[in-house]
Amino acid sequence: MAVAEIKTTTPPTGLAEFWFYFSRNKGAVIGLVIFVIILLLAILAPLVTPHSPSIQNRDVLLLPPALAAGGQWTYFLGTDAVGRDILSRLIYGARFSLFIGLVVVTLSVISGVLVGLVAGYFRGRTDTIIMRVMDIILAFPSLLLALVLVAVLGPGLVNAMIAISLVNLPHFVRLTRAAVMSERTKDYVIASRVAGAGTLRLMFLTILPNCLAPLIVQATLAFSAAILDAAALGFLGMGAQPPTPEWGTMLAEAREFIQRAWWVVTFPGLAILITVIAINLMGDGLRDALDPKLKRS
Amino acid sequence: MSLFEIENLVVEFQTAAGPFRAVDGVSMKVNAGEVLAIVGESGSGKSVSMLAAMGLLPWTAKVTADKLQFNGIDLLGLSPSDRRTIVGKDIAMIFQEPIASLNPCFTVGFQIEEVLRIHLGLDRAARRARAIELFDLVGIPNPAERLSHFPHQMSGGQCQRVMIAIALSCNPKLLIADEPTTALDVTIQKQILDLLMRLQAEHGMGLIIITHNMGVVAETADRVIVQYKGRKIEEADVLSLFEAPKSTYTRALLSALPDNATGDRLPTIAEFLSDDQIFAGAV
Amino acid sequence: MTHVLEAKNLTRDYHIPGSLFKKAKTVHAVKGVSFSVDQGKTLAIVGESGCGKSTLARIVTMIDPATSGDMLIDGQKVDIARESLTPEMRQKVQIVFQNPYGTLNPRKKIGEILTEPLIINTNMKADDRRDKAMAMLKKVGLEEKHYGRYPHMFSGGQRQRVAIARALMLNPRLLVLDEPVSALDLSVQAQVLNLLADLQDEFQLTYVFISHDLSVVRYIADDVMVMYYGEAVEYGSREEVFSDPKHSYTRTLFAATPRADVESIKARLARKNAA
Repeated sequence: MAVAEIKTTTPPTGLAEFWFYFSRNKGAVIGLVIFVIILLLAILAPLVTPHSPSIQNRDVLLLPPALAAGGQWTYFLGTDAVGRDILSRLIYGARFSLFIGLVVVTLSVISGVLVGLVAGYFRGRTDTIIMRVMDIILAFPSLLLALVLVAVLGPGLVNAMIAISLVNLPHFVRLTRAAVMSERTKDYVIASRVAGAGTLRLMFLTILPNCLAPLIVQATLAFSAAILDAAALGFLGMGAQPPTPEWGTMLAEAREFIQRAWWVVTFPGLAILITVIAINLMGDGLRDALDPKLKRS
Repeated sequence: MSLFEIENLVVEFQTAAGPFRAVDGVSMKVNAGEVLAIVGESGSGKSVSMLAAMGLLPWTAKVTADKLQFNGIDLLGLSPSDRRTIVGKDIAMIFQEPIASLNPCFTVGFQIEEVLRIHLGLDRAARRARAIELFDLVGIPNPAERLSHFPHQMSGGQCQRVMIAIALSCNPKLLIADEPTTALDVTIQKQILDLLMRLQAEHGMGLIIITHNMGVVAETADRVIVQYKGRKIEEADVLSLFEAPKSTYTRALLSALPDNATGDRLPTIAEFLSDDQIFAGAV
Repeated sequence: MTHVLEAKNLTRDYHIPGSLFKKAKTVHAVKGVSFSVDQGKTLAIVGESGCGKSTLARIVTMIDPATSGDMLIDGQKVDIARESLTPEMRQKVQIVFQNPYGTLNPRKKIGEILTEPLIINTNMKADDRRDKAMAMLKKVGLEEKHYGRYPHMFSGGQRQRVAIARALMLNPRLLVLDEPVSALDLSVQAQVLNLLADLQDEFQLTYVFISHDLSVVRYIADDVMVMYYGEAVEYGSREEVFSDPKHSYTRTLFAATPRADVESIKARLARKNAA
């Protein structure tokens, strides 16, 4: 096969090619950098925080940030109404947010992929029933549905995560089902069948690995959505309970001080904003790199 | 003066693995009323060179040429909007996938009348009359009725006839057919090729047929260019190409045809030719 | 001697369920086709798109059941609509598809693709499976270094070689080749056709070769069956069919096939100059 093998350039490896397309999207690279910083801060929280997130210093209630008039450098972003360091609480809060994102995405991806795989592979009545249930879930405003679920299960971080996973589920089911349906009639699947592969083998080993690219993109977007939903539930008092330094809960606690101490609401809000934007930018880059249809040239 | 002239055309693409040279110094000439076949295997740059000449490549492609002339006009110097007044009117093109080449959202009648409106500025009645005339010309039965059909209601062969009708709507001086029959069945291929040859003779058009099929070349061309990996390997009139191919590559290609099989096994190119030998044997 | 494959009056209907605006209807994709192939021989099934040749390929490969009719493989009757297939039967027929880019799982290495049939159907040890796959790679003209590579690193012709290797891993009796060279370049087509001929000699393989290209069929087939709208309009040895086609459709097909010989070019140019 000399004709085919001599090429002017050798094809790049998968990872190099991925990075080539990913790095073309400047926003995605910025998002990745910010995300890695947040991740490192969250992991190293006990080492990098100047104060404990829960110790209250009664001498410095509602201290402004260091750069504002009357601020102190030891409390760089100021303190809240009970004298806790906001910077330290935000850094510890990143742990919760990332943890929530991770758990929610894991839960909804695993269950969504399973359900979608079954629907897309077997089609027929199974498919119809599953998809109608998903349509019903989609018909509710997502936050409202999460609220109802938390109200039923009882407030708390774990229940909030379960509720958000369920709300996220239909997106993954639909995506998986569509990908499975387009893959399962392809020649390589039929070839596996002719070789004697059984249903489970075809579903999980043959078809599923080829459906992952769009799921990875969707997972990053769901990650940021989960952080946002968890913050919203926390703000409404249905998520993490005080004194947990969760960003949404921090916002809720600071509600009454909006007029006199702008920093207690601004910084948790900014933390949520920056994290969500960073992850969404990253997801955009992933889509560029993983979706062959969008590949330029 | 020839109708269409390309000299030393080079097309490079920017890819993840660095620049890739798809066309490497190709030159050709087509005269009015002449049928030129460009033949080559996949990756020979035969389609890319024509798309480059028509300015239809994406922005990642870098096109350079010493000369790119149509009917005395320098195509390289034209602004994109000036180029569009020539491409589609005086130079028309048809593609491999007839069904994909038509917009599935509109009737075929709308699509052909749109071309007539844009390029010729005909009024509604004249457009319709001309569309019917064109459909009749390319052998579509019940043309008036067919105008209101959508592409998915027609077969591949019928769609290719519609594409040819659209291409011919402005009486082009040059028609470029990029693998016009590859997606079609043999019997339909025969009809489409016969149609193309008849229209070419009647209108005295220049016709460039891009193909990988030696049979199609033999049945249509006056002159043939053989390309391999972006380079021109051989140029000859059709009879001498088949009778006495000068380049080693063309000889190998012809001997690989199952039609010409003499023994138990087919001679293959890779067995006795490397890239260097192919380029060294080019004429 | 029993035939490797014998088909008697095979039919296949597709039911298209009706909707609000359309009546339900039945499409007869294959209408009563009978044929047989002996060991080491090649039966070519020729026809244009929609003639039912691919449907027939799926029936013979036991992917879809026939609506009626009998199919015997090695004299043993097969009916997947009624009973599930035994692994022995499954291994007897394998298939090679037309499109080299869809036939290999893009997420699996060549080695995994080749050993999968062995994992499913045999109790071979991992080392033995690897050895057998390596041997098969060499047999189809590839090298050991290709074992750990992914399909996207291969050209169309090489992928088709891998597909052929995969089909042969289970030592089938019958290989269904569904337009195996239609998507390949001329030079690569010749290589793959040679490979198929070599393998047939070596393993005494039986081929059902589906194609629309008469020049390929004339080169490779022993028997030829021409299909037209689900019916076998012509069936006979290659010499019979090509020298003396009985059915008008076969003659149309022959007349439409472009000829690449010097005489026909001369004739065409003469016609052109005369006009």
